Amino acid sequence: MDTVLRIILQRLALGLVTLLVVSIVIFVAVNLLPGDFAELILGQGSTPEAVASIRRDLGLDQPMVARYFQWLSGMVTGDLGTSFAQLNFQTNLGGAGGVTVIEQIAPRFSNTLFLAGVTAMIAVPISLILGVLAALYRNSAFDKATNIFTLSSVSSPEFFMAYLLILFLAVLNPILPSLSNIYDGMAFSDRLNKSLLPALTLTLVVMAQMMRMTRAAIINLLASPYIEMARLKGISPIRVIVRHALPNALAPIITVIALNLAYLITGVVVVEVVFVYPGIGQLFVDSVKIRDIPVVQACCLIFAAAYILLNLTADILAIISNPRLRHPK
Amino acid sequence: MQNINRRGLLKTGVAAGVLAATGLPLRAQMTRGGKLTAGLSGANTSDSWDARTHSDIFMIACCQGAVFDSLTEVSADGSLIGELAESWEATADAKTWTFNLRQGVTFHNGKTFGADDVIESLQMHLGEESKSAAKPIVEAISEMIKITDYQVQFVLASGNADFPYLMSDYHIMMYPAGMIEEAIASGIGTGLYQVQSFDPGVRMTATRFADHYKGDSAGFFDEIEYIAINDNTARMNALMTGQVDAVNRVDFKVEALLNANPNVRIQEVTGNQHYTFPMLTGSAPFNDVNVRKALKYGVNRQEMVDKILLGHGQVGNDTPIGPANPYYVEMEQLEYDPDQAKFYLQQAGLDSLDVDLSASNAAFEGAVDAAQLYQASAAGSGININVIQEPADGYWSNVWLKKPWCASYWSGRATEDWMFSTAYEAGAPWNDSQWDHPRFQELLLSARAELDSAKRAEQYGEMQMILRDEGGVIIPMFANYVQGLGTSIQTPETVGNLWQMDNGRMAERWSKA
Repeated sequence: MDTVLRIILQRLALGLVTLLVVSIVIFVAVNLLPGDFAELILGQGSTPEAVASIRRDLGLDQPMVARYFQWLSGMVTGDLGTSFAQLNFQTNLGGAGGVTVIEQIAPRFSNTLFLAGVTAMIAVPISLILGVLAALYRNSAFDKATNIFTLSSVSSPEFFMAYLLILFLAVLNPILPSLSNIYDGMAFSDRLNKSLLPALTLTLVVMAQMMRMTRAAIINLLASPYIEMARLKGISPIRVIVRHALPNALAPIITVIALNLAYLITGVVVVEVVFVYPGIGQLFVDSVKIRDIPVVQACCLIFAAAYILLNLTADILAIISNPRLRHPK
Repeated sequence: MQNINRRGLLKTGVAAGVLAATGLPLRAQMTRGGKLTAGLSGANTSDSWDARTHSDIFMIACCQGAVFDSLTEVSADGSLIGELAESWEATADAKTWTFNLRQGVTFHNGKTFGADDVIESLQMHLGEESKSAAKPIVEAISEMIKITDYQVQFVLASGNADFPYLMSDYHIMMYPAGMIEEAIASGIGTGLYQVQSFDPGVRMTATRFADHYKGDSAGFFDEIEYIAINDNTARMNALMTGQVDAVNRVDFKVEALLNANPNVRIQEVTGNQHYTFPMLTGSAPFNDVNVRKALKYGVNRQEMVDKILLGHGQVGNDTPIGPANPYYVEMEQLEYDPDQAKFYLQQAGLDSLDVDLSASNAAFEGAVDAAQLYQASAAGSGININVIQEPADGYWSNVWLKKPWCASYWSGRATEDWMFSTAYEAGAPWNDSQWDHPRFQELLLSARAELDSAKRAEQYGEMQMILRDEGGVIIPMFANYVQGLGTSIQTPETVGNLWQMDNGRMAERWSKA
């Protein structure tokens, strides 16, 4: 188990460096975009005095490097700061306090996690089952049909799949709502009902990779001698696959699942916009639009951290599922 | 008191305020109860109940349209009626205005509304650091005097006959004195609806405030829910599938689909919203009136209405005053005439003219296409327009007011003086054509303090003429407000045309069918 622990620590340290790099890249990138918070929030109503006054209040008149280190020092002590929108609002009132970035992001992030959870509940079992079945009946009509379906759904842009689902499930046959405006205090069943269309869209997007990987990993093993042996013992094909092949195919499958789960957290921006789902993706887009750097930074760190942690989990699970990696010579 | 139209009302001059006391016209056909769910664009994570920062329909509909009130209100037919003010009167020089406030009005937290609230709410806009868009309006008041608990007197620095109109500005809302910060934090106003929940950039819900002073004449819904849907397609979908009762800004491209849906109807209102191409008249070549005239004749206005607005608008005549304004005059329409354009170019001593036109769809939807249409229509007269496509981000700070010629828009104002003093008065910060015309300026100042309607009509008529013939802003088109409604909702016959969605007051004026 020492190896596992060492890998975890190593990876976490590397993860921190990655987060630091991400934060620098995002900070510079947002600053390179034309316009800043003061200009964008005032819009047509901007006067040079008002722009200057907002910049002064928010510290936007400081040089970029100074602002970055100011943000970083807060970040290190666990303070992600207050969004420019909130800060500006406070200075308008002449007061202090108010909603911090963390308080702003928390409800949105939990909505995104909910959507990711619902999607994973649907997508992971279906893709595993389809993958196993496709491996079992490989090169049959079923195998080909599954492949064509999943590959074409993953090849179309997300918003297109979303609109197709809206057309068939909300407009032509009004079964599900096309508007996923969930909110606090909503009954769980309503919440589920409202989240179903975006979850189905995301399922179509992430299914192909998991299903194809399951199929490929199993087929790869089916040529091994121990499977031959199992077959010669007279075990049924389904048992050969589920009992003998699948456990050894787990590592690559877990990796792919983890990658797709990370995608469900970080890549759902388009789907959230199409369905008006109040997740972190929408908040991220809104914040980039007004160059609200503290929120953009926080969102990016969450995205990056999700990737790093899920990848780490995948690697650890892969090691645990493989005795050879667990006990290296 | 029947059949009061806007002009008739204005002719009665300052006494108009007395009308406010009689209340709104009867709307017997409206049904009480039910819920209004609207999908609106223009929402932002930076939204708050601070009216000073409002600029788009979502918060205007939430704040002025439902939760808060102003002193005065522009009714659907364009006349000015009292909201929290019952009546008002001015001295003969239009410098001193006395407002009589409505009595027995309470804020949603139980506090009684009175003169202190008015004064403190107006003071919010002042101060060196103020970023309020209504600062110029409030700064013009040199003294605010509380006469009694229900009477306030404003002494203006110079006479302004339109002052009561300015008090209907959506930035100037009435907050409870002494607890403004708290009121902004949780939305405590005197409006028809009391806030239940508000998630900036996402959603607002409110319920009808019991015992409201507007009584049975307004606010027919039991509850309202405004959902932020900035994405056009998502908003249209929500209306098509019946998940919202109303949406703003109908996407013209899917208009046919909406029309085909029996549960949806489209409501179109011609208002004062206009799309413009302002040029900086302080610098060459636009300081030459002949160059400006050549450009006026070089644009095919009808083509822009047909192709950019897809017919949802009217041609403009280079004045910002539209049919929705009280002193609008019908003048001979500027027509597309390449020969005239060439003639004026020669008058300016030029064979051909090379100009840059900066445009971005941040100015208005289709601005770049409109600039290209302009380029094509002007080319025949020797005017070579070089269209520069600018980035949408930062457009208002980096291009507008800075580049010599660019695309822009105005949502229009309720009165002539308001519009002119915002964008055509010499020295005004948003004077986007650097317009400084001695005669125009003289008329502007004298009309402002003039209480005689006939004289004002004459003066505003001449000003519109000056702008058409010499002005530095090309105004090719007035764009309609186009909104989509479910058949579950009914609206009064006359719908406000100052802003989208019945001036943002659909919660107040509409009802379930």
